[in-house]
Amino acid sequence: MSTDQTSAQTRQVDRVVIRFAGDSGTGMQLAGGRFGSESAGFGNDTTTFPSYPAEIRAPQGTIAGVSSFQVQFASHEVTTVGERLDVLVAMGPAPLRAHAGDVRRGGLIIVDDHGFTPRALKRAGYEHNPLEDDSLGAYQVVHLDMTALTSTVVEALGLGRKQAERCRNMFALGLVSWLYSHPIEETIDWIDRRFASQPDVRDANIAALKAGVNYGETAELFTVRYEVRPAPMPKGRYRQITGNTATAYGLMVGAHRAGLQLFVGSYPITPASDLLHELSRRAGYGVITFQAEDEIAGIGAALGASFGGSLGVTTTSGPGFALKQEMINLAVMSELPLVIVDVQRAGPSTGMPTKPEQGDLLQALWGRNGESPLPVLAPTSPADCFDTAVRACRTAIEYRTPVVMLTDAFLGNGAEPWRLPDLAAIAPIDPKLAAGPIGVDEQGNPVHLPYRRDPRTLARDWAVPGTPGAEHRLGGLEKSVEAGTVTYSPLNHEEMVLTRARRIAGIPVPDVEVDDPSGRADVLVVGWGSACGPVSAAVQRLRGTGARIAQAPVRTLNPLPANLGRVLRGYARVIVPEMNLGQFATLLRARYLVDVRGYNKVRGFPLNVDELTAHLAGQLDEVSDSRTAQTTEESR
Amino acid sequence: MSTEAQDRTGGRNGLAGVPLAQIPTTRKDFVSDQEVRWCPGCGDYAILSALQSVLPRLGIRRENTVVISGIGCSSRLPYYVNSYGMHSVHGRALTLATGLAMTRDDLAVFVVTGDGDALSIGANHLVHALRRNVNLTILLFNNRIYGLTKGQYSPTSPAGAVTKSSPAGAFDTPLNPMSLALGAEATFVARTLDADQEALEETIDAAARHRGASFVEIYQNCVVFNDGAYEALRGPGREESIIRLRAGEPIVFGRDGHLGVVADPGGGVRVVEVAEVGLESVLVHDPTIDDPSRAFALSRLTSTGAMAQAPMGVFRDVDRPVYDDLVRDHVRREQEALGQDPSSDAALAALIAGTDTWQT
Repeated sequence: MSTDQTSAQTRQVDRVVIRFAGDSGTGMQLAGGRFGSESAGFGNDTTTFPSYPAEIRAPQGTIAGVSSFQVQFASHEVTTVGERLDVLVAMGPAPLRAHAGDVRRGGLIIVDDHGFTPRALKRAGYEHNPLEDDSLGAYQVVHLDMTALTSTVVEALGLGRKQAERCRNMFALGLVSWLYSHPIEETIDWIDRRFASQPDVRDANIAALKAGVNYGETAELFTVRYEVRPAPMPKGRYRQITGNTATAYGLMVGAHRAGLQLFVGSYPITPASDLLHELSRRAGYGVITFQAEDEIAGIGAALGASFGGSLGVTTTSGPGFALKQEMINLAVMSELPLVIVDVQRAGPSTGMPTKPEQGDLLQALWGRNGESPLPVLAPTSPADCFDTAVRACRTAIEYRTPVVMLTDAFLGNGAEPWRLPDLAAIAPIDPKLAAGPIGVDEQGNPVHLPYRRDPRTLARDWAVPGTPGAEHRLGGLEKSVEAGTVTYSPLNHEEMVLTRARRIAGIPVPDVEVDDPSGRADVLVVGWGSACGPVSAAVQRLRGTGARIAQAPVRTLNPLPANLGRVLRGYARVIVPEMNLGQFATLLRARYLVDVRGYNKVRGFPLNVDELTAHLAGQLDEVSDSRTAQTTEESR
Repeated sequence: MSTEAQDRTGGRNGLAGVPLAQIPTTRKDFVSDQEVRWCPGCGDYAILSALQSVLPRLGIRRENTVVISGIGCSSRLPYYVNSYGMHSVHGRALTLATGLAMTRDDLAVFVVTGDGDALSIGANHLVHALRRNVNLTILLFNNRIYGLTKGQYSPTSPAGAVTKSSPAGAFDTPLNPMSLALGAEATFVARTLDADQEALEETIDAAARHRGASFVEIYQNCVVFNDGAYEALRGPGREESIIRLRAGEPIVFGRDGHLGVVADPGGGVRVVEVAEVGLESVLVHDPTIDDPSRAFALSRLTSTGAMAQAPMGVFRDVDRPVYDDLVRDHVRREQEALGQDPSSDAALAALIAGTDTWQT
């Protein structure tokens, strides 16, 4: 029995998956976000993921208009936001109908039953009230009128009914915070800061939050409270961070370590706009942002800034990335630094703007005319976006090349704890700007050779406008070796094509790290981008059942790690799960002639760990069966 | 060179941030070692020559001069000017120039473009560069034809133009670049002609010194695909066709100034015999009027079909906040407000940590 005043006992659990769902605009993102921060602050490993309709104000009360926020928190490392829900908080009939199917059998559904009128039920697609029939019999359902309870408390503070109802998300948060033994002090501080200029709104939100906690304690709705112990994490100072914010900070730090002006030329596009929003607030740190008239102007301005000696960056998603390809090719030809962040979303065409997919890999590699090599990097988690963005800046500057960083809607909007980096420990980036002309002509006069190269990196000398004596012209036409004048000479073109290819192929890439604890696994799972989280979770689960299985996340997709071919050939079976129809698998097969197997889902959601685990278990059985058969064959 | 250029307009000079040459530059300094490869007799030669004459007069350093172009015959120009340059993507020169101007106020940025480059594939960017008023000097070579792709009609070709891609005559209504620029509220809008070297140099010079987006349309003859398009403005009797706009002077033209421009009751302007209305009724040209309506009305006096009549000169020359100046001011103010040494890690580290951290 617990020793506090309540009758509920507290039970330890390892991990919890909870989803807050309500009509779009009812504050579910805020409540979920705060709950995630509470968990992280408590020391749980915490991942979060928002899901919202593409329409700003989708029809209220319909399935299409439901917005949700999912949190997984655990006493151990988590790499996904979880699949089956332990808890669903549904703030009306439509959210209930939209999400009840994702709750595990026996899971808890907490419902605000205020709006369960016949009309609202019909609008949500229910013929009968699910709270009154046995359609939710597989779950533990607790329903209460959160709207009325909130109003009672808040109206006492003098707020109108409509304003009072807006606080019910805080009531729900309070209730769930109590249920999971979360301290709410941080959230109260947060409300204080957020509504500092509106004292009545601030007080109402705090009152609603506390009312939720008190209701949990006194109403005896729940017989059990839960507690998730802090997860062991490397020592350090942490914060919760989304992939988009981590990317923005990485770009700032990258430019800062190079001593270059960061220039961001972008056009708003879901789900990449948050990068532009975040960076446009950072003028105090010297960041210049440019909201261009279109995607092409965004990258064009970024390349123009790079020509002038800044670090040009553009941020986009699939459809915008397609528009930028011609300008990327000018950066390839003019060998100027440029970072292109593609927060991938489900395509083709407009596709599903708020949903993740990994469908742009081949566009990044081969989506341009001519032989157009460039580095492609992909972070494996929201926090990894920071390191990847810094690396993208470093590579772009040191190798004078456009670099594509592929994140996606899941990595960009998802959040997890991030150990704050020591900026001083991030190696400086040397842009090695030319101070003047770097060659001599036949008469011995100084002359600038814009395409003279560092023999080690093959990076060309970078003289920016304003450098006396180094005047030169760049452009999309093929240029001569070293002198950089326009030429159509066949052999010169071939040499330049090969040199551009060699320069990119020669960029040092860390070896892929194989996680194979037994060292005797037959099956290797190779992931990239946001597939890595589910892969890691599935692999851990299988190991929990005694299986031997290896995994290898690939963070650099071009050039590929030097040891990758050897690694792939070392396993009887290689499986590549992706949120596309096999783009990375195609690349690996072509490059290494290894019979890798794809596992492909394109549903606009991160790979489902249950399904992936089952698939991998089947693969393990197949390989083991064929081993046995082979052994039997050989022993005959 | 002196700092005269800077002083004259009290800091509103387009070249205000550009360092001056310590040793005066000459025309030769701006001639590159590349062989000029336009067709013999092309109007582009005259424009290149005018630009190379004007650049030394601006008094700025060669290395702080940048010429950016798109794609097309005119866009080859940067290769022939010995400064920094970029021959970029078709229609997109202004995008690169905008990024460059925003990050480098110590550069004089020129954009060279054509009627296809700036008005067809790149029209979007032209409108936005002009309405933002980015500190750029834009030279649009208008030959009313596609030259580099060998003779298709362009957005300024007359309706009905018979070309390789319009054997039955083009069905398009042509675009008037002056009207477009004035509609976008461009702050410096001028038109000149390849054959009039003096006016060409004078206009480019004034455009370069204007702070904000300066837009100069240059009527340029394509000898191969559209020869004679501007014959009425170049040949004998041209004074009957060119409506010369001179600030502070009545808008009269033709032999002995027998024609003049007067306000039309419909809100526009029209050409009349001066003798019929009296000189006092003729409009006095004032490019500094803030309202672009009058300048727009003047731009409508341009022939839409075969070129028979066109106003030439500075249509509009006004002051308006300059986009890249506003951006730089904003960054400077924000940096001052933050009060951190931008080169130190401390400010960035504090930002990255945010307000919600925990220790393990």
